Amino acid sequence: MAVDIETVVRVARLARLTVPEGDLETLAGELSNIIGWIEQLDEVDTDGVEPLASVADIKLRWRADEVTDGGIPDKVTSNAPDPQNGMFSVPKVVE
Amino acid sequence: MTSASDLRDLTIAEARDELAAGNVSARELTEAHLAAIEVARDLNVFITETPDRALADADASDARRAAGEALGPLDGIPLAIKDLFCTDGVQTTAASHILEGFVPPYESTVTENLRNAGTVMLGKTNLDEFAMGSSNETSYFGKVENPWQREGDNRPLVPGGSSGGSASAVSGRLCLGATGTDTGGSIRQPAAFCGIVGMKPTYGRCSRWGIVAFASSLDQAGPMTRTVRDAAILLGGMAGFDPKDSTSAEMVAPDFEARLEGGVRGLRIGIPAEYAVDGMNPEIAALWDRGKAWLTDAGAELVDISLPHTKYALPAYYIIAPAEASSNLARYDGVRYGHREDGEDLTSLYEETRASGFGQEVRRRILIGTYALSSGYYDAYYLKAQKVRALIARDFHNAFEDCDVILTPTTPGAAFAMGEKSDDPIAMYLNDVLTVPASLAGLPAISVPGGLSSEGLPLGLHLIGKAFDEQTLFRAAQALEYAAGFDSRPHRG
Amino acid sequence: MTLIQGRTGDWEVVIGLEVHAQVTSKSKLFSGASTEFGAEPNTQVSLVDAAMPGMLPVINEKAVEQAVRTGLGLNAQINLKSIFDRKNYFYPDLPQGYQISQYLDPVVGKGEIEIDLEDGSTRTVGITRLHLEQDAGKSIHDQDPRKTLVDLNRSGVALMEIVSEPDIRSAEEAGAYVEKIRSILRYLGTCDGNMQEGSMRADVNVSVRKPGDDFGTRAEIKNVNSIRFIRQAIDYEVRRQIELIEDGGEVDQETRLFDPDRAETRSMRSKEEAHDYRYFPDPDLLPLELEQSWVDAIRETLPELPDQKKHRFVDDYGLSVIDAGTLVAERKIAEFFEAVAEGRDAKVAANWVMGELFGALNRTDTDIATSPVSAAQLGQLIDFISDGTVSNRLAKNVFEIMFETSDDPKKIVEQRGMKQVTDAGAIEAAVDEAIAAGAAQVDQYKGGNVKVLGWFVGQVMKATQGKANPQAVNEMLRKKLDG
Repeated sequence: MAVDIETVVRVARLARLTVPEGDLETLAGELSNIIGWIEQLDEVDTDGVEPLASVADIKLRWRADEVTDGGIPDKVTSNAPDPQNGMFSVPKVVE
Repeated sequence: MTSASDLRDLTIAEARDELAAGNVSARELTEAHLAAIEVARDLNVFITETPDRALADADASDARRAAGEALGPLDGIPLAIKDLFCTDGVQTTAASHILEGFVPPYESTVTENLRNAGTVMLGKTNLDEFAMGSSNETSYFGKVENPWQREGDNRPLVPGGSSGGSASAVSGRLCLGATGTDTGGSIRQPAAFCGIVGMKPTYGRCSRWGIVAFASSLDQAGPMTRTVRDAAILLGGMAGFDPKDSTSAEMVAPDFEARLEGGVRGLRIGIPAEYAVDGMNPEIAALWDRGKAWLTDAGAELVDISLPHTKYALPAYYIIAPAEASSNLARYDGVRYGHREDGEDLTSLYEETRASGFGQEVRRRILIGTYALSSGYYDAYYLKAQKVRALIARDFHNAFEDCDVILTPTTPGAAFAMGEKSDDPIAMYLNDVLTVPASLAGLPAISVPGGLSSEGLPLGLHLIGKAFDEQTLFRAAQALEYAAGFDSRPHRG
Repeated sequence: MTLIQGRTGDWEVVIGLEVHAQVTSKSKLFSGASTEFGAEPNTQVSLVDAAMPGMLPVINEKAVEQAVRTGLGLNAQINLKSIFDRKNYFYPDLPQGYQISQYLDPVVGKGEIEIDLEDGSTRTVGITRLHLEQDAGKSIHDQDPRKTLVDLNRSGVALMEIVSEPDIRSAEEAGAYVEKIRSILRYLGTCDGNMQEGSMRADVNVSVRKPGDDFGTRAEIKNVNSIRFIRQAIDYEVRRQIELIEDGGEVDQETRLFDPDRAETRSMRSKEEAHDYRYFPDPDLLPLELEQSWVDAIRETLPELPDQKKHRFVDDYGLSVIDAGTLVAERKIAEFFEAVAEGRDAKVAANWVMGELFGALNRTDTDIATSPVSAAQLGQLIDFISDGTVSNRLAKNVFEIMFETSDDPKKIVEQRGMKQVTDAGAIEAAVDEAIAAGAAQVDQYKGGNVKVLGWFVGQVMKATQGKANPQAVNEMLRKKLDG
């Protein structure tokens, strides 16, 4: 399926990536090529096949309910671009 | 054993013995490598060099040894660490602008294991941005050069990717071994391009905790070394169960080195028909034939096997990996760490931070992955790919009824020149065509140097093993290594 | 069926609720950080909760157990295999850029509960599913004029999302549903149900239709955090939708916020493009698999739940459905009541608990757990009434004193001389005195006005400071006057 410019805009928006207007067409072309190449998967008969959940043949392990972490606010914010009062900050959000 | 270049030619196994015998100190080994790193900066192997840390590690190792408290085979061994492993107090970038300046307040489990084994960290090696690439040309911190060049041609070649910095470092004698990570071939393909051994263990063997995630269901750390024995030793220092990783296998890692010399007599080597594709590079076909002959000469038995869905592994991979990546990379949003473009509102902060923080290939894959998961396309792409993946895993499962390891070439060709394939994403993706199937099935696999191309470039042979049977894989690889007798060194022009 | 009258006829209201309940556990769903309420910003955050590169989730067994326990309490199907998915969207309080949740394969499937309505009737409401998910952090909009600040203490706390079928037909039913859910969760000990601290909140889906029509377009009112607000939000939203449609408009499928100050809902301004959450199984986790025997073992430990208890109170104690419903709403009240009722007249016990005790607790804003009057003490008081030690009327005074002092009724009655006078001689003397003093009333009585007997009783009571046994007084008066 060809990926059109509108789709690129929509997907870029979902992924929170600005794509300059001038790049849209090239990108749509590239993505179309890649998706077109991927569509050879349609040749495979997958009726009744369960999608692979994990290659690891192991069961999900559960941890005990104990407080073993936290209490490290300095580490949590040590790389923050603009920390305020021990919190992260972003431009004001209006709900 | 005093010359610095001799020290750098040691294998890990030899260095271990020399250290144990007191013939060399960890400091001497480390200084030799630090000096070489300075000289080889034009290869752009390291994003961050950590000489002070390295010397401190080395001195601590020497002190332990002097006190009779040496930690084991890796104590005092200088290593390079792919800059995808988070290292406490040392910048970790994933070769991305978006993580430039990020200093983790924690240490990945694998590098923690290596620290606890007494290793010396020389620095953090370059890679394709977020490990997305097969040529190490997508790094924000510049391309890495392969220490090898074609005979009579001094154009710079790519080292492969994504663990290109680690591969170049090992090949160029800038460290005794390095860590890599492999998602679709990111250890094995650069190992083949640089004439070294690169091994991807079974998914779940090495903890993923603290490794910057690319595609969680595929990512796996592994050793990159100059010999099979060294790979076995280094994996021993990296592997092990980690309760912090829900996909880590709850089993004790065996002594991978123990059965290395067992030979391959009676071992059944699977030769998959589907890998002999039309148009295979004749040099690669010849290499593969040599590999088969070496193993049969050593007493192994060749078995024709079929992996019918091989052809679909690459397209399935290029849905699954970008889909997971699109979600894994959502956390790079400029809010809590890393690069940030201050926007006037939240949306522009997100969009501008991510557009300028990620490079072209990463943005491309995020878009593909987002598209593949988006409403209306999920079933057609992501679900379909996961079903195909199940069939690929089943193919291997069936094949391993009849054989013990599988032999294929590692790559469709030798290292290429910089820029040669960077304009065509699919041509670039095809580099992984031989390595991706084992990744999708979570199986252990190793690339061993098998000889030189007509242009004088190294080529790799690829062995795939059964899940958690790294010991047999190493044993076959050792036999291959002995038979190949690969002793060529990187040469320029 | 509750119908709402509009200009164009009657409208039926259709409501479905998504209740988000914080799982009672010490640590978070996928990290070892504490879940305690009210800590300093970012002090209860692990590197996993902050979504640092390379951090991985590991599931808390307690959260799984609590979800299964709740599922059993909702009479629901427990799915032995369920999947954790990533729900992808960007928001500053969502550090990973996705919420780990369960989408197609939740841990708990269909169930049902009974809700109690004010008129004493009950209705069954279907439960669609329950799934486990991570809570988000907290965005603080009012601390800085230009910035929103983010505290991740809540990030990663385990939530159960309990989704109802669209079976609810009025604001009252919605309130009763949430009350019942809260009651069940508290009985089970799986959520403290504290809506003020945000331990429980609801997304309310509201639509209207003409009876018999297909479902109308629904609006989702997000994050309503009290039962009163849920009722108000529904009332407002129903009126809004009916007026909109009757004016020729259409209801938008949208997310709305409830403004408690104005008791109205409004469209969320921050809603952007239609959401596309791109759910897919979280590759950092494996499927959640349960053993049937483990589920059965949890079932063994379930307490008697409010509906079972209610039915038992009706059947065994002969209480009305309304009274039984009131008494079982909280486990501690039900236990208190049963302790009082044991070996006594259950209806009398119920009346005392719901009347005097509830009244006093409400007046003093006291919880049953810290009631100054214990169940044993209230039982003794009821015993004193039935054995005639105190009169019904005086018993209320005794109770007041008990509630103030926490003293035993025995001590109060003895020290304050509140014991009922049953001594025939003393009563007779008072009766004789009253008859002597009331010649006119005696004539009236003999003339056929039996009501005047009350006057004599009053006189006797006055003379005995209310302590005479009224029955004995009556009998004595009749004997003397009729004789």
